[in-house]
Parts: sequence; C-alpha cells; structure tokens
Amino acid sequence: MPQQRAARHRKNVNAMATIEARGLRKTFGATVALDGIDLHVEEGRILGMIGPNGAGKTTALNAILGLTSYEGELKVLGRDPWTNRDKLMRDVSFIADVAVLPRWIRVSQLLDYVAGVHPRFDRAKAENFLARTTIKRTSKVRELSKGMVAQLHLAIVMAIDARLLVLDEPTLGLDILYRKQFYDSLLNDYFDRSRTIIVTTHQVEEVQDVLTDLMFIDRGRIVLECSMEEFDSRYLEVMVNPEHLAAARALKPMHERPVFGRSVLLFDRVDRDQLETMGEVRRPSIADLFVAVMSPHSQNVAVSASLRRDEPAGQANQVGAAK
Amino acid sequence: MNSSETVPESAGVSDPGDRPATPQPFYWSVRRELWENRSIYVAPILVAIVVLFGFLVSTIGLPERRREVLLLDPAKARAAIEAPYDMAAIMLILTAFIVGVFYCLDALYGERRDRSILFWKSLPVSDRTTLLSKATIPLVVLPLVTFAIVVATQLVMMLWTSLLLISHGMSPASTWTYVPLFRNSFILLYGLAAIALWHAPIYGWALLISGWARRATFLWAILPFFAIAFFERITFGTSHFASMLKDRLMGFAPTAFAFNMHSVDCPQLTPGTYLSSPGLWLGLMVAVVFIAVAIRLRRYRGPL
Repeated sequence: MPQQRAARHRKNVNAMATIEARGLRKTFGATVALDGIDLHVEEGRILGMIGPNGAGKTTALNAILGLTSYEGELKVLGRDPWTNRDKLMRDVSFIADVAVLPRWIRVSQLLDYVAGVHPRFDRAKAENFLARTTIKRTSKVRELSKGMVAQLHLAIVMAIDARLLVLDEPTLGLDILYRKQFYDSLLNDYFDRSRTIIVTTHQVEEVQDVLTDLMFIDRGRIVLECSMEEFDSRYLEVMVNPEHLAAARALKPMHERPVFGRSVLLFDRVDRDQLETMGEVRRPSIADLFVAVMSPHSQNVAVSASLRRDEPAGQANQVGAAK
Repeated sequence: MNSSETVPESAGVSDPGDRPATPQPFYWSVRRELWENRSIYVAPILVAIVVLFGFLVSTIGLPERRREVLLLDPAKARAAIEAPYDMAAIMLILTAFIVGVFYCLDALYGERRDRSILFWKSLPVSDRTTLLSKATIPLVVLPLVTFAIVVATQLVMMLWTSLLLISHGMSPASTWTYVPLFRNSFILLYGLAAIALWHAPIYGWALLISGWARRATFLWAILPFFAIAFFERITFGTSHFASMLKDRLMGFAPTAFAFNMHSVDCPQLTPGTYLSSPGLWLGLMVAVVFIAVAIRLRRYRGPL
C-alpha cells in the first residue's frame, strides 16, 4: 500500500491542480466558518478532511461545489464554482450525505433523469452496479433502506465519468458492512489516477488506508496538512516502558495518553531507532494524531467545538475569558 | 454539399440510439416535475369525474325539460343547454389555477425541505433551466392538461345526453347545434392561453416565495397582499389595491372576450383588445422579474 501511494504521488507531482484556493473565507454573521484557507489539491489524490463538527469542512466543500458564496480566490478544474456550478457539475460529482435522493422518485426514473441531463453518465455502468445489489428498478427511494439508498447514489456517481468526486460524510449512519463495501467499490471500481476524491468523515479509521493526503481543519483553519507518506514517516507512537518514561518525555512528544496504566507518547520527526529502545513503536492512527494536534489549542476541544457550532456569541465569550 | 459531408449526416440519422447524443436538461426537468407532482393531472381528472357524476344525476328527467327549453327563443335555449358545459369547463379551469398555485408554492420549497436540492444541484442543470421547467408547468402543461380533460369531459356529457334523448325518441341535434364542440374547443384553448399569461405574475410570485420562505409559503404568499389592502382601506378609505388584485385574478375576462347577452354567438373573442391591454404586458414583465429573482435565489439556497 505505501509503495502504491508513493508511485501515485510520483506520477502526479507535476499534474495540474484540481482545486486551487487562496485565502478562502466565509462568514455567517459574526461566525467565521472559513478563515482564509489555502488549498492545492492535485489530480489523482484522495484527500481526507478531518475536523470537529462546525470546523468548516462542509463549508469548504460547499464552496468547492458552488453551493455557497465565498471571499477569496477559488478555482475548481479551472472554473469559478459559484458562478459556473452547472458547467462544473459535468466534471464533478458529489454525495452530500446519505439522505439527499428525492424520496418520491423511482429507481428507473432516477436513471432516466440522470441519463437525460448528464453528458458523462454511462447508464449501462450504473445498471451493472445495481445488478449486484437487491435494489429493484421499480422501487421508490422511500421504500429502500438507508444502506440501499447509499448504494443507489454510489451506483449513479460511479457511472459518471467525473474528474472530481466530493464526499461529505458519505457513510453517516450506515452499518459496518455497507461502509466497508462503499469504500471498496470506490477504490476498486471507480478511482484511478485521473480522478480526485475529497472526503470528510468522522469514521477516520476506515479511510486511513484509502487516503493519499490528510488535512485537519479546526475553527475554519487548516491545522495540519500532509501526504500519507509523510504521515507514515513523520509520526510514531510509542508505548513507553515505565523506566524510559522520563527519557521519552525529554524528546518532546506531541501528546501523551495513558493506556492500561502505561503511557503512549506520540512523536513528530523523532528517530525510530531511538524510540524503539524505549518501548513498542507503531504507526499512530489518524484519530490519535487528530487528538494530539487538537489538544494544545484548548483543554476541551469537544466542548468548544460544540459551542462554536450554534453559539458564536458563546465562543467569543469563552475566548475572551481565556485571555 | 459534397459527399464527405453527407456521410456523417446520414450516419447520424440512421442511428436512433437509446441515449440522446446531447443532454436535454429542460425536457427531463419538466418530466421530472410530472413524476413528482402527479396532482397536475390527477386533480383535474378527479374533478372531472365529480362533474360527470353531478351531470349524470342532473340528467334525470332531461328529455321533458329539453322539450320545454326548445320552446324558448334561441338565445335562451342555447344558454340553458350550454350552461352545464360551461360550468364543467369553469370548474376545471379553477382546479388548474389552484393546482398551479400550490404547485408553485412547493416547487422550490419542497426540494429544500427534503434536502434533495443537494442532489439536484449535483447535476449539470442550471438554476435557470430548473426555474424555467418549473414555470412551464402552470404556464404550458396545466393549460394543455386542462384543455384535454375539459374536451373529454364535454364529449362524454354530449354523448350521454344524445343517448338519453335518442332513447326517448328525440333528436340529439339540439345538443350538437347549441354546443358546438369544435368551436368551443377553440374558444377554450384561446381562453386557457389568455388566463395562463394573465396569471403569470401570480405563478411567478408563488415561485419566488417558494424559493425564499423558510416555512409557511402559503401565508407568506398571500398575507402581504391582505395587509396592504387592509392598510389602504383603514388609512385612506380607498380600495385601489384590492381592485388591482381583483383585476389580476379576473381581468383576463373583459379584455380577452366581449360578452354580448343578446347575441346567439357569445362570447366574442377579442384577441386585439387582450394583446393591447397594458395589464397583460405589465403582468408579464412582473412575472419575468419574479422568476429572475427566483433563479438568483436558488443559487443561494440550500437545504432548510
């Protein structure tokens, strides 16, 4: 897997940028949803955007999809998404979340409609994909289970020859089987190096081996950005033997957490051989790194994140009080 | 034209193809509206069935009454014989108006309420195409549906009447001369077009509110007008605004038709008066503005 990713990366070093943003900013009243983000996503990448609720992920995706206005510069496949949404959508697909297919429509009507309006839709491909499911052509969307609706939407999206696919919490509320299947189909039957995928999810563990690039967003800012190769080479997690704890702490870990009475320390750019003398070294999960990166900001990220979402005034007070 | 040009052309014609070579977003968007809003044809059909049933009941004792009616002078006889046919048409036109207004009020609101706007916006269909396809429903589709159903209903009524008269040894000719179906159909088509264009700003307004309001689209659509009319009444004691509203609802009738109570051939069609009335063109301009604003609004709107 890492070699494969490396090959992908090398091939695309000089590829054109699918998304190019400079100082992307969006405010809702006094709330800053996006605080001047710079983005550069190249063709052939699978970028995971990870962040707490209300961090600005969906706002960023909406800007990329032409669903929301913004300040700053943004070009998606060379177009301005806000003024050119309909043209952009010939080359971009997205699944906003599992429940956006109209409930009244029949599966056959849905296929007719997309075939009728989309120049890059291959109906036979969608039919093939649906043939592997139990979805009946005569069913209405309202009669399908949540998992089947996700399969249906995926079948449509995979039959569209798009250059950018945007997935915003595509597997929210699905059971483990459907989630696994979802990413498997996406990687095996859809993704190739001429496409780009951006995905946001809270289920970070299931995308860890899917991504080529990783981005953490918090409070409208990018707080971490790296390729997965970089992730693998930079970050190491050590379950430190108690006798080495002081020495390990001297190497300035990013984060420390107790696990079964022992300390697990996360290091950034510390020599692996040196760490191996102190305990069991392993590759951290994205979730571990996320917690480590988010923690220094505030002692209770979760609380402030949930406050921020609905109560901008509350957050302002909190920040003011902290100062 | 040389042969190298004709070859690809004929190849294109000979290949019917299951898939259209070019996407037809407008055509499919209109079809989509018909899939979603079956009330567009179901409601008029139900009303037609009710009308037919009422007519069926009313024809008990028809042959005797018809004998009496035919003793009157031709204008009165015509009026009496034609009345149920006009009534059926009016009921169906009124139904189409109500269906049209409620369709428009939900057209942009429904897709935001059920979040499906995110799906529709993920397809290469512009907001303009979407709005124009939605405006097509009350302005073109509903009048055509109404026309077909009215003509079918009137035909059934005439056939039933004829059967009834024949079974009583009378000639059905009185019905067919006093209710000229072909001419009536033409008047109906003209009337439906005149009404649709006259009501265009009403539909445009409903679409605009549908794209703007976060809830209670019906109230937002009508309450401002009541408020203004009420305000004018208590402040200035006048009712210009109310009469303006009434003109917008009913003003097509005096401009598109000339009603002559003494003529056997009423009503007269006056397309000249209709097409030269400022009310029509002002209304159309307002409708265009409303729809343009609704197109703009849809770009800004997401799920509720």
